[in-house]
Amino acid sequence: MYLTLVFLPLFGSIFSGLFGRFLTPKGACFITTFGTGSACLISILLFFEVGFSCSPCYIKLSPWLDSEMFDACWGFYFDSLAVSMCFTVTVISTLVHVYSTSYMSHDPHQPRFMSYLSLFTFFMLMLITADNFIQLFLGWEGVGLCSYLLINFWFTRLQANKAGIKAMIINRVGDVGLACGVCSIFTIFKTSDFSVVFSLVPYFLGSTYNFLGLEVESLSTIGLLLFVGSVGKSAQIGLHTWLPDAMEGPTPVSALIHAATMVTAGVYLIIRCSPLYENSGFALVVITIVGALTAFIAGTIGLVQNDLKKVIAYSTCSQLGYMVFACGLSNYSVSMFHLINHAYFKALLFLSAGSVIHALNDEQDMRRMGGLLQVLPYTYVMILIGSLSLMGFPFLTGFYSKDVILEVAYSNYNLHGTFAHLLGVFSAGITAFYSFRLIYLTFVSNPNGFKNAIQNAHDAPSSMGFSLFLLCVGSMFVGFLTKDLFIGLGTPFWNNAIYIAPQNLTMVDAEFIPVFIKWVPVIVSLLGATLSIFVFHVFKDSLFDFCKGTIFRQFYIFLNQLWLFDRLQNDLIGSTILKLGYKATYKILDKGIIEFLGPKGISILTLIFSKHISKLQSGLIHQYAFIMFIGVTLFMTKLLFWVLFAPFIDINLYFIVFITLMLTNKVFNKL
Amino acid sequence: MISQNNYLAVSMVLFLIGLSGIFLNRKNIIVLLMAVELMLLAINFNFIIFSVFLDDILGQLFALLVLTVAAAESAIGLAILVIYYRIRGTIAIEFIDLMKG
Repeated sequence: MYLTLVFLPLFGSIFSGLFGRFLTPKGACFITTFGTGSACLISILLFFEVGFSCSPCYIKLSPWLDSEMFDACWGFYFDSLAVSMCFTVTVISTLVHVYSTSYMSHDPHQPRFMSYLSLFTFFMLMLITADNFIQLFLGWEGVGLCSYLLINFWFTRLQANKAGIKAMIINRVGDVGLACGVCSIFTIFKTSDFSVVFSLVPYFLGSTYNFLGLEVESLSTIGLLLFVGSVGKSAQIGLHTWLPDAMEGPTPVSALIHAATMVTAGVYLIIRCSPLYENSGFALVVITIVGALTAFIAGTIGLVQNDLKKVIAYSTCSQLGYMVFACGLSNYSVSMFHLINHAYFKALLFLSAGSVIHALNDEQDMRRMGGLLQVLPYTYVMILIGSLSLMGFPFLTGFYSKDVILEVAYSNYNLHGTFAHLLGVFSAGITAFYSFRLIYLTFVSNPNGFKNAIQNAHDAPSSMGFSLFLLCVGSMFVGFLTKDLFIGLGTPFWNNAIYIAPQNLTMVDAEFIPVFIKWVPVIVSLLGATLSIFVFHVFKDSLFDFCKGTIFRQFYIFLNQLWLFDRLQNDLIGSTILKLGYKATYKILDKGIIEFLGPKGISILTLIFSKHISKLQSGLIHQYAFIMFIGVTLFMTKLLFWVLFAPFIDINLYFIVFITLMLTNKVFNKL
Repeated sequence: MISQNNYLAVSMVLFLIGLSGIFLNRKNIIVLLMAVELMLLAINFNFIIFSVFLDDILGQLFALLVLTVAAAESAIGLAILVIYYRIRGTIAIEFIDLMKG
C-alpha cells in the first residue's frame, strides 16, 4: 500500500504519456485521474494509520548507489510529516487532475499535459517519502523538471519558453546550494540517511570542517547550504523572480505546482531537517530574516500587479515567507500547518482564477475585467472565500495558522522574532489589501472588458466546479478541524518527525501574550480590506490625481518594477556572465585557442603540407628515377656501411631526410 | 687474368650509364627506352659473369630469358609510344606529365 501510493501516479503518467494517442484524451484523463485519485484514497488511509495511530513505517527497497562507504538506498520513510504532506499533495493533485480534464479539454496535447501532472505528483511523493538526501534530491530535481515542462507546456509561446528557462536556471542556483549541502552532510556524517544523520547531529555540535578552503562551523554551514536550496525552490527573496514568471503556464499547473505543492518543497526540506537546524542557531536567524523579508517584499509587489495570476503568485511568495520564518522561529509544526492550509486556499484561488480566465477567453489582465459578479457568481463566491481564508478572516482555514505564526513570532522575545512579527503583521494588512483589490477589479467594478467576452462568459462547468467546491470546503473547515491535531499544545501527532530544542520552544509563551496582540493580525487584515474597497470604490476618481506627479508615483514605479530585483539580476549578474561567456570563454578560448590548436589548425596545416607534398608528384619520370636512385643508394649505404655510420646516424633521421628532400623538390626541378 | 672485379666494374659502369641516361635525359623518350635496355643488359652481364665464375649454367639461361623479355618489353614500349604519338602529337618527355599530382 505504501509503495502503491508512490507509484500509482507514475503508472498513470507512463500510460498517458506514452500511449496517450491510443487512449484518446478521455482515456488519458481517466487513467491519470484514477491513478492520483487512488493515491489520494491510499494517503487518507496512511494518514489515519501513520498519523492518528502513531505507527511510522520504514521501507528499504533495494540498494541504489553502493560504493565503499557511500550508500544510498531506494528507501521510503513514512512518518507523520511525510503522510501529512502526502495527503495534501495527493488531494490537491487529484482535484487539479479533475479540474484539468475540463480546463484543458480544448487542447490537442491533453494526454501529454495529464502525463506531466501525474509525473509531477510522482516526483513530489518521491521527494516527500525519501529516506535519504540523495533520493530527496532525485525528487527535488524531478519536480523542477516537471515544473519546467509544464510552464513550457504551450511551447510555441515565446514568453512561456522564457519563463520556463528562467525557472529552470534560477532553480539550478538553489540546487547548487542543496547539492553542496548534501555533499557536506556526507563529508561530515559519512552517510546521507535521514535517521542516521539526524540522530548524530548533537555529536557534531561545534565541530568544524573545510568548505571551499575555509574552516567553518559545520552544522550552521550545512543549514545555510540546504536553505539556499529552499530559497530557490520556495521562491524566497533573491531567487523568487521565477515564480511570478512561471504563471505563463496553464492555470491548473500554477495551482498545483506553483502554489500548493512544489514551491512548498523548500519549506518541507527545512521542516524535515529540523534536528539539524535546531542545533545551528545562526542558520535559524538567517531563515527568519529571509522569510520575513520575503513575506513583506512579495506582498508589496503584489499590491501593484495587474495580471490576475501574478497577484496570486506574489501572494504565494508572501505566504511562503510566512512558512519559512515560522520555521526560522523553530515552530515547524505551525509552519507545516500553514503549508497544508495554504495549499487549499491557494489552489482554490488559482483554480477560480483559471475559471475566470477560461470564461473570458484567456484574458488575464484585471484592468480589462470587472463586473463579472453577475456572470460568474459561483466563481466569485469561490474567490471570495479563498481570499478571506488567505487574509485570515476569523474561523476560516487561514486564520488558524496565520495568526498562530504571528503569535509565536511575537512571543520570540529577540530581535529577529520582533522583526518577523512586525513585517508579518504589515504583510497581513497588505495581503488583505491586494486580495480585495483583486476581487474588486475583477468582479465588482464597472465592466471594462470586451462586450463579446462578457456575453459569452459562462460559469465553471461541473468538473471544474466540483474541484472548486471541494477546495472551498477545505478552505473553510480544514484549519478548524485539524488545528488541535497539528499545533495543539502537546499533540502526540508529530512523534519524532519534528524536533524542537527545549530552549526554542515558544508554543507555551504564545498562549500568554496580551490579547490585543492576538487580535492585531485580524484587525490589520480587516483594515487592509476596508481600505482597499475605499480606495478603489469611493476614491476611484481622485486616485489618479493623487498618484500623479507625487512621491507616491515614484513609489508605485518602484513596486511595479518588482523592487528592481529582475533588473539587478540581469544587469549585475546576467549580463556580466553573458559577456564573460561570450568574450572570454567563447571567443578567446573556444573559438580562439582550442579551435586554433585543435580541429581548424590541424586541418589548415594538413592542407598546406599536402600541397607541398603533391608538388613532388611531378609526373616526370626522370625525377622519380632520381629519387629512387638516391633511395637505393642510401639503402645500400645503410646495408654495407652501417657499422661505420651507426654511431652518428639515427635511423629515425631517414624520415626527416625524406621530408627535407620532398620540401626542397624545387631543387630537383632545376636539375 | 682479368679478375671478376673488373668484369663487375664494367657491368656497374654500364648500369650507372643507363641510370643516368634515365634521369639526365630531358628530351627524347626513345633514348629513355634505350637507357632502360642498357640497364637490363648490364644486369644480364652480371648474370653471365657470375654464371661463368661460379660454373653454373643457370645464370646464362636466365640471361637468355631476360633478353627475350627485354625484346618484348621494348616492342611494347615502342607500340605504346606510337599510339601515344598518334593521340598527343608529341613524344617529348617534358610534356608527358599527365600523372602530375
